[in-house]
Amino acid sequence: MVTPFLIVTLNALKSPAEYAQSGPLSLPDGLYFDGLKDFWTRVDYTQKLVNSTLISGSVAILAVVLSLLNAYAIGVGRVKGRPWILAFFVLANVVPQEALVYPVYYLSKQLGLYDTRLSVIIVFTVIQAAFGTYLLSAVLGRFPREVIEAAHVDGANKWQVLWRIVVPMSRPTLGVLLVFFFVWTWNEFLLPLVMLISNDNQTVSVALGVLQGQRLMDATMTNAAALLGVLPALVFFLVFQRTLTRGIAVGAVK
Amino acid sequence: MTAPRRRAVASSYAPFLLPGVLAFLAVVIVPFLMNTGLSFTRWQGVGTPEWAGLANYRELMDDSAFWASFRHSLFMVVAMAALPTAVGLVLAAALFDYVGKHFGSRVTTVLRACFYLPQVLPIAVAGIVWSWILAPENGSLNELLKAVGLSGWQQDWLGDPDFALYSVMGVMVWVQLGFPLVVFMAGLERVDPQLYEAAELDGAGWWRRFWHITLPQIRPEISVVLTWCTIAALKVFGAVYVLTKGGPGGATDVPSYFSFTTFFEKTQVGYGSAISTVLTVLILALSLIALRLQNRQEEKPS
Repeated sequence: MVTPFLIVTLNALKSPAEYAQSGPLSLPDGLYFDGLKDFWTRVDYTQKLVNSTLISGSVAILAVVLSLLNAYAIGVGRVKGRPWILAFFVLANVVPQEALVYPVYYLSKQLGLYDTRLSVIIVFTVIQAAFGTYLLSAVLGRFPREVIEAAHVDGANKWQVLWRIVVPMSRPTLGVLLVFFFVWTWNEFLLPLVMLISNDNQTVSVALGVLQGQRLMDATMTNAAALLGVLPALVFFLVFQRTLTRGIAVGAVK
Repeated sequence: MTAPRRRAVASSYAPFLLPGVLAFLAVVIVPFLMNTGLSFTRWQGVGTPEWAGLANYRELMDDSAFWASFRHSLFMVVAMAALPTAVGLVLAAALFDYVGKHFGSRVTTVLRACFYLPQVLPIAVAGIVWSWILAPENGSLNELLKAVGLSGWQQDWLGDPDFALYSVMGVMVWVQLGFPLVVFMAGLERVDPQLYEAAELDGAGWWRRFWHITLPQIRPEISVVLTWCTIAALKVFGAVYVLTKGGPGGATDVPSYFSFTTFFEKTQVGYGSAISTVLTVLILALSLIALRLQNRQEEKPS
């Protein structure tokens, strides 16, 4: 499973001459960082990292807030017709992006939002919140009613109950959602590919995918690209390994 | 508490739903309805769409590229749902009771993490890694075959129409395997160890315990994983874009990629909408069936 990562790392650190001479399976003679450096400046990787972080971070926070508001009304508030409302959100979660992509592209052009990071942030906030609403509604549906009633008796209004009681007590679930939304948005490909055409707005995934799709890369560049694409994912993974594996299990059983 | 008062309290939570409902209407429902509407028109993306009734759908029925793309979807379901579930089950059981018992939970956690890693990777990056490994010249796989004396097995893995689809399938198994593995391992922690102990006392071997205890006990997880993975397989796009662009000669085209090229390269918006509408109907139907099955399982006393 990890072999592909190992050979990529191995070859990202080889000079083109060495690669041509001894092929992909030999150990590098020395460490050669120019390939990585060249690739970094050529695609302006710093900008891509900033874009990806900005988009994924905003989506993660906004989508958690939106999911929380929805789930508070459905799970704790038990609003009328809530099975239907929940079904509406689940449906929105299931509709494939392929069936949204052209209208979203067209509408964003009409609104002057095309090729802006904001357009992608808005779209993914809603798409991720569909899943978040579904999961959080189930969690908040089991929220201890006595706690909420006691707070109301003490004079807290609904906002205060949400921010001072529900949010702190649901922190673990909210954390899992935050991490998931961040990683999922970071990895998204189809919609960002369509929506973010200019170099200055592209995310890491789109920039690397487009380069590869155009077959513009030689072997050394490919490996530099692969390694630089793998590294952020590896960092999230090491930092959030527990959250991710626990979260995926929680999500699946719901 | 009296009924009218309860209703008054309940309805006052509605404002919390307002931002969510409005955002969903704007980003999901309206575009979705537009897409469905466009599937009944001819449109190049500029000017006024021209009503065409069912013409796009009739055309789809005769379009061999359309049927081919859905046939490839079935291969993707095998690669992304069936195989990872089957292999994931055996691996999860093996990690859980063999590796876990003999090497400790540390080793298990590390191994699980290794299998899960590809799931965290952007599919575009996984595509870059694999298209280089599978490259015909100087590709690691071909070099490896040469090194072990199997030069005759070397292929243009992604460029040969006879192999491309299977190569993409292989990559997808690698990408997907971690998801079922993690879910199944979490499911196994629920299973009462006494069941295994009793079976062991009765002399049941590993396979019999796997078949008669593990499988039935984590059935809910299996059905969830199969549903999720099948839907993901029907939607696969990034991998095809990066690995093969649907080629060679359409050998790896899938509905998602097919609609993408129809929209943005051929600018036949109406036809592209018809493709994505068919895909959506298929996915919705599948999800409804899965929900039904799950509900029925839950109703059954276990």
